[in-house]
Amino acid sequence: MIIDIVKEILIAKFGDEVIIAEERSHLQPALVIHPNFISDVCLTLRDHPETWFDFLSSLSGIDYGVEQKKFGVVYHLSSIIKNHQIVLKVMLENDRDENNLPVFKSVSTVWKTAEWHEREAFDLLGIYFENHPDLRRILLPDDWEGYPLRKDYKTAERYHQIKIDL
Amino acid sequence: MNYQEALTRYQHKINSVSSEEMVLNLGPQHPSTHGVLRLELITDGEIVKEVIPHLGYLHRCFEKHAEALNYAQIIPYTDRMDYLASMNNNHAFVMGVERMLGIENDIPKRVEYIRVLVCELNRIASHLIAVGTYGIDIGAFTPFLWCFRDREHIMNMLEWASGARMLYNYIWVGGLFYDVPVGFEERCQEFVAYFKPKMKELNELLTDNQIFISRTANVGILPLDVAINYGCSGPMLRGSGLKYDLRRVDEYSVYPELDFEIPYAKGEIGTVGDCWNRYKVRIDEIAESLKIIEQCTEKLTKEHKRTPDFDPRAKAPKKIVPKAQDFYIRSENPKGEIGFYFIADGKSDKPFRVKARGPSFSNLSVIPEISKGVMIADLVAIIGSIDIVLGEVDR
Repeated sequence: MIIDIVKEILIAKFGDEVIIAEERSHLQPALVIHPNFISDVCLTLRDHPETWFDFLSSLSGIDYGVEQKKFGVVYHLSSIIKNHQIVLKVMLENDRDENNLPVFKSVSTVWKTAEWHEREAFDLLGIYFENHPDLRRILLPDDWEGYPLRKDYKTAERYHQIKIDL
Repeated sequence: MNYQEALTRYQHKINSVSSEEMVLNLGPQHPSTHGVLRLELITDGEIVKEVIPHLGYLHRCFEKHAEALNYAQIIPYTDRMDYLASMNNNHAFVMGVERMLGIENDIPKRVEYIRVLVCELNRIASHLIAVGTYGIDIGAFTPFLWCFRDREHIMNMLEWASGARMLYNYIWVGGLFYDVPVGFEERCQEFVAYFKPKMKELNELLTDNQIFISRTANVGILPLDVAINYGCSGPMLRGSGLKYDLRRVDEYSVYPELDFEIPYAKGEIGTVGDCWNRYKVRIDEIAESLKIIEQCTEKLTKEHKRTPDFDPRAKAPKKIVPKAQDFYIRSENPKGEIGFYFIADGKSDKPFRVKARGPSFSNLSVIPEISKGVMIADLVAIIGSIDIVLGEVDR
């Protein structure tokens, strides 16, 4: 299985601490990667001749709930040449303070498509990406306050004197 | 940490353009941006030096809505993402939920064939809009009218089946809203017979038109490696010369049983990866979709014929509660790879998180890269050739 190959490659290159956990019970096996390594891991998996994960299908920011105090990013990688897929996850504890966003390393240097996906995660979930070339809000206006996809988000009453009706 | 650093940098860039440069807004009300897309151009005379896209004018936060609704109630919201190809969105979403429930092999064949039939009809309708509006973008008015005339037949057929012209909510988890009406298969066959010569006419009018070729060939060349790196999919990727279609790669639904080719750019005119080749991929895909429709109607009238006791909702679960898991489903939408990422908590009938990966969103992100140094008129040709739907870009 591809997950074993990936695991072998990563442990050989970065050591044991790179993989925190693995999820094999689901339909799609996933590896939980240490947040410090994520951009290097992605670069390795993209360029390694056995994996060739040249296509980033999706990048999703996740808020794991108010009780969990945890944020994460899920990467869906696929290889066009080899026709296989893998899921990578990174997670960080965070106290949900808007002045202290969870910070992950950007993978936009590995796949350019991550640039907009990461902007979306920043915009809607307040996940900050280090070394991102242009981390502005993308879907919401630049002066929007708060991060709507967070589980504890409260809709503002007004936006520039416009009443927000629900 | 300063989270506004990139915003300040962007504002500084716009405020400090040199005197020979001009900042020009294309959109959000410009017809050639195909919706409410705003492109901020830094131009030097007629040359575009930089493109900064601004999105979000149509943002509804589909993902937030999805967290508050149960799985069956989300399907109408997926309609409104890519509103020109609602069936394909329904299909992708429903497939994902079915796989999470583990019922994807229980779906009757007749239901699967009807799903593929309506999806391919919708694919033709979507490509007709892409081709027609692309014509009008660069000054050819007649193809637009012809495409809309023929699309109207498809709209009427899908309305007959589902009750709605554009936003169908037709494909349900475990089945369909209803069986197709009596006589639908025959009408599809009539449509194919009617439409084939019309495509030939359209090709004579637009595809081989010298003015059209001059405007599109060798314009906006997207090399394959750039396309892959920017996550482009669908006709964008195939237009760059890669034979890659998720209908064949993932072999979902009944596509493995159907005989069709995957068109990709060969560069008969212009260069592989230019606007003309992307356009041509769509034209060829229409022909392939017609082939699929013929095969589906054949199967639906013979092998998987309508029977009086057939109930398309028979396998539909009363309450949809998937086990605790996360799952990513991808499928081929007319624009490219549409994906849904679900996180189910195993207790409720509402998803914990749904992330939608819209193909138009990723396809559009390549625009700043391929339109550096082009003329403004060519930029219009490039936007049209990407075929975006803002409902999906903004979600």
